[in-house]
Amino acid sequence: MSDHREAVEHVGGTTLSFTYVWVSLLVLTGIEVFLAYEQLPTLIMLTALLGLSVIKAALIIAYFMHLKFEKFSLFLTLFPMLVLCILLMMIFMPDSIRALTMRVVQ
Amino acid sequence: MSEAEAVAVESVWQGGTSPYSIGSKKFGMWLFIISDALTFSALLMAYTYLRLSTPNWPKPFIFVPSIVFSSVMTFCLLSSSLTMVMAVHAMNHGNRSATVKWILATMVFGLGFVGLHLTEWLNLINNEHVTPFNNEWGVPLFGGTFFALTGLHMTHVIIGVIYLGIIAFAVGRGKFKYEDVEVSGLYWHFVDLVWMFIFPLVYLMSARL
Repeated sequence: MSDHREAVEHVGGTTLSFTYVWVSLLVLTGIEVFLAYEQLPTLIMLTALLGLSVIKAALIIAYFMHLKFEKFSLFLTLFPMLVLCILLMMIFMPDSIRALTMRVVQ
Repeated sequence: MSEAEAVAVESVWQGGTSPYSIGSKKFGMWLFIISDALTFSALLMAYTYLRLSTPNWPKPFIFVPSIVFSSVMTFCLLSSSLTMVMAVHAMNHGNRSATVKWILATMVFGLGFVGLHLTEWLNLINNEHVTPFNNEWGVPLFGGTFFALTGLHMTHVIIGVIYLGIIAFAVGRGKFKYEDVEVSGLYWHFVDLVWMFIFPLVYLMSARL
């Protein structure tokens, strides 16, 4: 085992797959810009835009940042904690809507 | 031999494979990215909180130039991510000259982003009279949060361009390895990723119809 060297061959996407991801990201961006000009209620718009952004982020992390091809333990070490912390920050969000309705209209 | 030394010599762990099968540089960059992601999350959260709780939050982003500019900026960053992936790909195949060319293309897109962003800032400052502490709509928090958030992101892009410049220079001179290019790529993709949240939350949510 001591003389064993890890294979240097890196598994990853191909040029074509990267181009597909890039095109998908551009299309998703186009959909976001289109949605911005639809007359949607603020909260629905926020949810839709955030949902699309999360998909875009996942594509970038999985393919461009190569995480799809890394050991699953790396993902488990990094991301559940990040998601949990972000969700904890969201605990304040309902207050923002409440503050709006409680404000005295002048 | 002291007792402590004996324990050290007989240690079960003998080095060898790293737990995640990646180098320490790459793991270090991942940890930095996660902590930076939390910083940006907190800023975005603060921005969204204030936006939702302020009744007359301004919508200064008209289609031309603001939304068109920010869309082109998004295109620049997405394309720069593609060229960066190509640079890492080329380095993986040992093609150093192609790596340098792809990194230079990434830097050009990055600089394009910064140029467009600064133009957009100047448009807001000069035409819409938005400054970090004041604006015509009486919501000074808009300027404060907007410039803090986009300013921090732009700082990351500028640092990224400098970082890539150093990597390209060294790779061109036959220095650095595949991992170094890959780690710089991770940073660059992260900068792109953050913009994927700033663009809809800040620009599209405040587009003037």
